Amino acid sequence: MELSRPSLLPSCALIFLALLASPWWSVHSAEDVVITKVDRRIDLTSHIVRTSASIRFENKGSSDTTKVLFALSSAQAERLAYLAAIVLEGKGKSKTQSDPVAVSQVSFQSAPRDIVLYSFSLNKPLKRGESAIVEVNYVLTHVLKPFPEEIKQSDVQLVVYLDNAYLLSPYVVKVQTTTFKLPRSRVESFTKLDASRLADSELKYGPYENVAAFSHQPVTVHFENNQPFAVIKELQREIEISHWGNVYVTENYHLMHGGARHKGTFSRLDYQARPSASGVAAFNRLFAKLPPRAHSVYYRDEIGNISTSHLRSDNKRTDLLLEPRYPLFGGWQVTFTLGYGVPISDFLFYSKDGQRFLDFTFGSPISNAVVDKLVVKVVLPEGSKDPVVSVPFPVEITHERKYSYLDTVGRTVVVLRKENVVPEHDVHFQVYYKFNNLALLAEPLMLVFGIFCFFIACIAYMHFDFSISKSSASYQARLQREEVADAIQRLQKVMNVRAAVTDKLDASLRDLARTGDVASCKAARKAAEATLKETAKEVKSIQEALQASSRAASVLLKVDSLIQKEKEKQDKLLQKHSLTVELYERKLSSKDIDNRIAPYQQKLLVLTQEVSDLLHAIDD
Amino acid sequence: MAAGTEVISPRRGAFGSVLAVLILLLIGILAFSIRLFSVIKYESVIHEFDPYFNYRVTQFLTKSGIYEFWNWFDDRTWYPLGRVIGGTVYPGLTLTAGTMWWIANALNIPLSVETVCVFTAPVFSAYAAWATYFLTKEIKGTGAGLTAAALIAMVPSYISRSVAGSYDNEAVAIFALILTFYLYVKTLNTGSLFYATLNALAYFYMVCSWGGYTFIINLIPMHVLLCIMTGRFSSRLYIAYAPLVILGTILAALVPVVGFNAVMTSEHFASFLVFVILHVTALVHYIKRILTPKTYRMALTMVLTIGTVGALTLVAILVALVAASPTKGWSGRSLSLLDPTYASKYIPIIASVSEHQPPTWPSYFMDINILAFLVPAGIIACFSPLSDSSSFAVLYMVTSVYFSGVMVRLMLVLAPAACILAGIALSEAFGTLTYSIKYQQIPTLSNEPVSEEKTTALKSAIDSSFKSVVPKDSIKEKTKVEGDEKVKEPVKEKTSKRIRKKEKEIAEKHVEKQVERKPLVLPLEASAVGIVLLILLGSFYIHCVWAAAEAYSAPSIVLSSQMSDGSVHVFDDFREAYAWLRHNTDENDKVASWWDYGYQTTAMANRTVIVDNNTWNNTHIATVGMAMSSPEKEAWEIYQSLDVKYVFVIFGGLVGYPSDDINKFLWMVRIGGGVFPHIREPDYLRDNQYRIDSMATPTMLNSLMYRLSYYRFAEATMDGNGYDRVRRTEIGKKHFKLAYFEEVFTTQHWMVRIYKLKPSKNRQRGKNKRKTKAVSKKITRKPIKSLKNPWSS
Repeated sequence: MELSRPSLLPSCALIFLALLASPWWSVHSAEDVVITKVDRRIDLTSHIVRTSASIRFENKGSSDTTKVLFALSSAQAERLAYLAAIVLEGKGKSKTQSDPVAVSQVSFQSAPRDIVLYSFSLNKPLKRGESAIVEVNYVLTHVLKPFPEEIKQSDVQLVVYLDNAYLLSPYVVKVQTTTFKLPRSRVESFTKLDASRLADSELKYGPYENVAAFSHQPVTVHFENNQPFAVIKELQREIEISHWGNVYVTENYHLMHGGARHKGTFSRLDYQARPSASGVAAFNRLFAKLPPRAHSVYYRDEIGNISTSHLRSDNKRTDLLLEPRYPLFGGWQVTFTLGYGVPISDFLFYSKDGQRFLDFTFGSPISNAVVDKLVVKVVLPEGSKDPVVSVPFPVEITHERKYSYLDTVGRTVVVLRKENVVPEHDVHFQVYYKFNNLALLAEPLMLVFGIFCFFIACIAYMHFDFSISKSSASYQARLQREEVADAIQRLQKVMNVRAAVTDKLDASLRDLARTGDVASCKAARKAAEATLKETAKEVKSIQEALQASSRAASVLLKVDSLIQKEKEKQDKLLQKHSLTVELYERKLSSKDIDNRIAPYQQKLLVLTQEVSDLLHAIDD
Repeated sequence: MAAGTEVISPRRGAFGSVLAVLILLLIGILAFSIRLFSVIKYESVIHEFDPYFNYRVTQFLTKSGIYEFWNWFDDRTWYPLGRVIGGTVYPGLTLTAGTMWWIANALNIPLSVETVCVFTAPVFSAYAAWATYFLTKEIKGTGAGLTAAALIAMVPSYISRSVAGSYDNEAVAIFALILTFYLYVKTLNTGSLFYATLNALAYFYMVCSWGGYTFIINLIPMHVLLCIMTGRFSSRLYIAYAPLVILGTILAALVPVVGFNAVMTSEHFASFLVFVILHVTALVHYIKRILTPKTYRMALTMVLTIGTVGALTLVAILVALVAASPTKGWSGRSLSLLDPTYASKYIPIIASVSEHQPPTWPSYFMDINILAFLVPAGIIACFSPLSDSSSFAVLYMVTSVYFSGVMVRLMLVLAPAACILAGIALSEAFGTLTYSIKYQQIPTLSNEPVSEEKTTALKSAIDSSFKSVVPKDSIKEKTKVEGDEKVKEPVKEKTSKRIRKKEKEIAEKHVEKQVERKPLVLPLEASAVGIVLLILLGSFYIHCVWAAAEAYSAPSIVLSSQMSDGSVHVFDDFREAYAWLRHNTDENDKVASWWDYGYQTTAMANRTVIVDNNTWNNTHIATVGMAMSSPEKEAWEIYQSLDVKYVFVIFGGLVGYPSDDINKFLWMVRIGGGVFPHIREPDYLRDNQYRIDSMATPTMLNSLMYRLSYYRFAEATMDGNGYDRVRRTEIGKKHFKLAYFEEVFTTQHWMVRIYKLKPSKNRQRGKNKRKTKAVSKKITRKPIKSLKNPWSS
């Protein structure tokens, strides 16, 4: 990943001496297979070098073979991010693609150093005399070396690419061509060979015929490439499954401009005023393709939200345009966090055996970025068991435990690590796990239980007596206070009873006015008098109790006057009652009755008022 | 009061207290949520300057633990001096937030430190509202308590310092202040040692949290003195005060930043004096009790004579001593005590902070709004009757008004006092109004003509009897009367026609009367006053929400402006620059800027700074000020001597951001000139006017600040004339090159411009070295004076 790694050139040149003589592959019937045609296209338009080679293998040997070999120089193999091959079957236009063939790295004791061999296991054996076209795609990263290594703001970025003019192969190659696709037609220099030509933005080598195995002809291309060299030095993706309906993804980026380092000043003025001539190699925006129906997207760093982003979403896709806080010039770095949630129904499924599995993309959603180190953490819900991961390429898998909201036993985290990740790795992977639905209820129940305990504790506190000394002054005082309060409460109760009596008397008077039933009215009065007598006793006892208590001094006065006033009021009421009845019996006109009882009425009103005032005061 | 109600009528009391708890809960939610405007309108981010420091300290605390925190020597600030953080911060806020974070994480709630810090202030304003409830309840009862709590939940003055993200000492200190006052008043009312101990602990928390604790330790003695002088001495007063002084002082001395200041500085002197006076008073009371009146009088005269003679000699000695000293005994500190505006007038570093200026009248209206008009009513209410606790409220009010008049910042101390008194006033007013509603029937009834029909009289008698049973609730009563009529219906059927006819008449009349009486249930005057008060409160509420949403929610590191098409344009230049520094400079590079941005630079950019907002070393700040006001070459030498790699300036001329460094430049000149006399303010002024146009002085145009701010600025403006949108003028010098600095980064709107010092040239090296030495000698020779503002956080 370092930009200044040792040059490819010397190592490549040395390896291939007298290779043909060595017998190491004779056991492998290499002589039986020849490559009849190779067409290599190397895409140099971005900072990720994608090579696609269509190789026609022909079996000239005596027996069938299922394996063919493919070679890369070790310098390239070191930077190899992705390698895949498919077999094209049929001829002409009816070509069909097979499934990807299995690729495995092989090594032989006698193999030359500095060469890495890969073996393709063909799905169908290659029969004698037959041929098959294998499409090989491989991706290299960090192989475009900026030269010069440091540029100024106004400079363009020039890079150097080293490769072999021939396909590096353990087999003899009959015919081959190699094409370099460049971003712009501006090329500083390139290695000139026999059949090399530059047309527009394409540099072509070949066709070359009958090239021996492991032939090497280094070529160098020095050209302008102002594409964003977006290198994510480290990316941590955390995919958290919540069975309450969402999958939350948090991605921590450490982004860097991997091109030629910026030198000297940065003038915002030039950058803003002349965007075409200044900072052409810098980039200030990235494009991320989030899953469809992504929501609650956030884009921030350790010091807060980054406001420069645009989100466009419809049913089928969610596109996010990210702008870092500042434009990235060569060597500048930035960190940020991207987070979003997606509905769980889009990514979580049930497998046939009843397990659940998460089906999610592996790589970074940012387009055309190299990730040097990728860590994907899948946080399974609490209570999940037996996670099994299925990833289409080798990754390092470990397990962790994470404690999140109100967890008790923690969540299982499946950690996948991979280095040198390119957009080609952005494929789906699966995590299978077992989960009991009851575990969903654990946390709510815990909360319910916690709050329940809290209330129980409160109730217990209110009902228990926690005082240490039963004879202390404050305890005694409190007891006395409670006694007084109790007495006053009783007093209020009695007063209520007496007030009810008043009500009854009034009701009887009303009935009298309506029905003229004197007898029932009298009976009512008798009953009232009886109750009043009874309650009067009680009142007296309460009054005595209060007088005995030393704490009641403040209320005592009020209580006394209340009792007195109340009594007076009841007396007056009784008087009024009897008078009214008497007058009614005498069959006086209502006006007369009114006149007669008017003084009582007034006094009664005043007393009622006073009593209610006093009651209120005691209440306070 | 609530307790009293509880015991007397349990059901009603219980209902009342449940209602009160519910209201308090709602008030807490209101206090919390009204402060979230900043999060909703902007984002969940730490605000302004000091909060960034607190945030950084909290991060350190949560990462390294408490012991590391006490011993933390921060080498990323005040380079090359560094700063002992553990011993120079008030740790209350940090420890509080750290504890909250720790608890949340112990419960497996993965909150980030930042989130906890952002929401500390709103959470504590809810606590403060509850503390206010308890304090006011102790003073004037539950109703006043609830009103005061509701008021403080939304008073703009307090909101301004406690919006989400405003992670400053005041956020917890106001709660601690009110709690201390509450416990003091509670002790005063109950005379319980339990509360006295709690009071000392609350005071300790306050000392931990904020330098404003000196307000408490002066206000409470003042109140005690007031009580003694008005003859209100009691054992309760003794219990309330004596343990506080002893325990409080011991506890306060435990806080490293206070330490022996708790007994040695003049701020604490009053408390000890009153402590002595209290004991003398207690002694006098004791002697008075054991002596007969006659002997007592004799003893009194004797003591007084001896005392007067003694005092006179003491005064004479003091006067002689003071007269002998050349400064007449008045130090700057005592002057600033007598005249609180002293510091802000004569010490430029304090004066340069806008929140240390005296407030204007409109700011009173802005910050406490109608409370300012309700407070006098509250004071009157406190005098009827005057109790120990209500006199405390009055004293608190009066002193805080005085202090708020000194510094805008201390408006914050005024807010709780204003809320308490306004709460009392409102509660009394509404109490009176509802009282008049309750008893409105009496005049109506007694005015009734006696000569009415008998049944009418009976009716009224019935009514009155009803009222005597349920006089409390007029509504209930009405429904009951109506219900009564309903009950009557079936009875009516049976009666004779005559009576029925009569009855009908009566019923009609009764209904009429009901209709008549209804408006009287709400008397006109009372309802008018009530409505006016309600309208006032409504407008207060609207004002508070407006203030919270519009005036006080801006985090100041993110600016936004409304575009003509209604969209919001965000100016995020500060963080752009800090992020750039953080990721694209070496970790050990030193960054110089004016001290305002020191905390932010250490927290957000994680780079070492020369000076920061702590302002503990005036000379150091003056050095930076001198560099900024010097010509390029001298500035380069000064910065080189300080090992500075990058210098940045805040520049608002392009987008019209007014609080940029050019506008602060005169302060740099003043502060720099205060220590280095060759920087003279008049050199930068033309005819006493500060200008940057073609009339500006050459010193000004050649100063580093000018050059760094306006480097290539003219080219960036529309027609190349260099029109500064803040100063509204064309700049004086348009095209120039920098010889000693190079521009390495400028943010999108040019608000932050970062320059790098060019490496020194080989042939100049010897010369430079000599100069560097001279400068550093100059720095070290000056005595390091720490200027501490008593209220500084």
